[in-house]
Amino acid sequence: MTNDRRHIVSMKDFTRDEIDFILERAVTLETLARSGRSDILTGKILALLFYEPSTRTRMSFETAMLRLGGSVLNLGSKEASSIVKGETLADTIRVISTYSDAIVLRHPSEGSARMAAEFASVPIINGGDGAGHHPTQTLLDLYTIKKESHLDNLDIAIVGDLKYGRTVHSLAYALSLYGANITFVSPHQLKMPEQIKGDLKAMGARVSETENLDEVLDSVDVLYITRIQKERFPDPTEYNKVVGAYKITGEHFDSVREDMIIMHPLPRVYEIDSSVDNSPHARYFEQSFYGVPIRMALLTIVLGVDV
Amino acid sequence: MIPGKELRVHPIRDGTVIDHINAGQAMNVLKILGITGSSSAVISVAMNVSSQDIKYKDIVKIEDRELEDKEVDKISLISPNATINIIRDFGVADKHRVELPEMVESMVKCSNPNCISNTNEPVTSKFEVKKDPIRLRCIYCEHVIEENIAEHLI
Ligand SMILES: Nc1ncnc2c1ncn2[C@@H]1O[C@H](COP(=O)(O)OP(=O)(O)OP(=O)(O)O)[C@@H](O)[C@H]1O
Ligand SMILES: [Mg+2]
Ligand SMILES: [Zn+2]
Repeated sequence: MTNDRRHIVSMKDFTRDEIDFILERAVTLETLARSGRSDILTGKILALLFYEPSTRTRMSFETAMLRLGGSVLNLGSKEASSIVKGETLADTIRVISTYSDAIVLRHPSEGSARMAAEFASVPIINGGDGAGHHPTQTLLDLYTIKKESHLDNLDIAIVGDLKYGRTVHSLAYALSLYGANITFVSPHQLKMPEQIKGDLKAMGARVSETENLDEVLDSVDVLYITRIQKERFPDPTEYNKVVGAYKITGEHFDSVREDMIIMHPLPRVYEIDSSVDNSPHARYFEQSFYGVPIRMALLTIVLGVDV
Repeated sequence: MIPGKELRVHPIRDGTVIDHINAGQAMNVLKILGITGSSSAVISVAMNVSSQDIKYKDIVKIEDRELEDKEVDKISLISPNATINIIRDFGVADKHRVELPEMVESMVKCSNPNCISNTNEPVTSKFEVKKDPIRLRCIYCEHVIEENIAEHLI
């Protein structure tokens, strides 16, 4: 199945079987992701069309393509904005389609990747559309959980900005396909929207929420931390209070599950103290590496190449 | 039909009666039909009429006009139980309930200002329609509109 999926736009397009297929493909490619080079995608060209800056997403796609033996056309944010000045995204996509075998798009407007897929003659991979979707992030998060913990019978706490953080919404959505037991931990200003919670429950997730991190620490397999942005708080003292309350430090680990892991999509700012980095629970750097096998898997799938 | 039964306004010879409109939505129906204070069409509106099937309903009657499919689709979004009665020669010649389409195109403006459908890109808005209660999901940004749908009609 699913070797025929053309575009990667939103997690909502995926069934659990399709996700499992991608994760399995990533398992197959992980050794290659760590070192070396193959000729799986020799002769294929990937265009990276980034209208907004990105380090991790762009570089890990580049690495993924190089390890698979393909080449990359890299249009940084500066070039993208000057080359295409005044041109619609739709036209740019039509043109770049003729130069490449697949396009990774990052664009500030929500829904841009869905629209690009309508105009492209090659596969589109959404590398982030505004505050919208970032499916490759969600897939690498799932892969991290699969590798470093377990997707079945998962107890996970998702912490931070759950209101505006829409990548968190796609993660929660995907986890509900696995029947996860999800606890949302956030200040009351940044709670998960009711409507999304309703959707998640309808899909089979067990969902609860709290403002108090300590309440859940000892009973989760995964602690997924996200950034709380200053802009969300009109009052800076309020912001400081919230950041302090959700900061992870070594003191938190006295009675956590032995195999509990901590994830963070990075970059972190104040959310995780650097003293946590050497703890056996920290997995955020592994998580960021797992972006490579996941993106390799997606590239082989959208380009229709068997591995 | 027998005049007098539910007829609070004078009978019309030819035209359309939009019945069972959700109470309070009559003005929005007029807006959908492009009827403003300066239109020349002959219109009568009854609001908050009590009826057996719904507690209160609105009714709009328009002379010498039948509705376009797109107008009917828009009405279905704000009044999914409305009925469209075609009046010919004072009688009800045809009656059907509005039907919620599965997808609406170029009818609703996405309420997410940052949505690609609100830019100068060559795309029109498209929404998936979910029922009970009505929810419209933008196929581009996946933003959901579920309240005051009338305000978002194009
Ligand atoms: N000639 C007419 N002029 C104006 N209004 C009319 C005319 N004929 C019917 N109507 C109105 O059209 C609507 C439908 O008429 P109909 O006789 O089918 O009523 P009904 O049996 O109550 O229908 P329903 O089952 O849809 O409620 C009613 O609101 C009625 O008042
Ligand atoms: Mg009646
Ligand atoms: Zn939208």
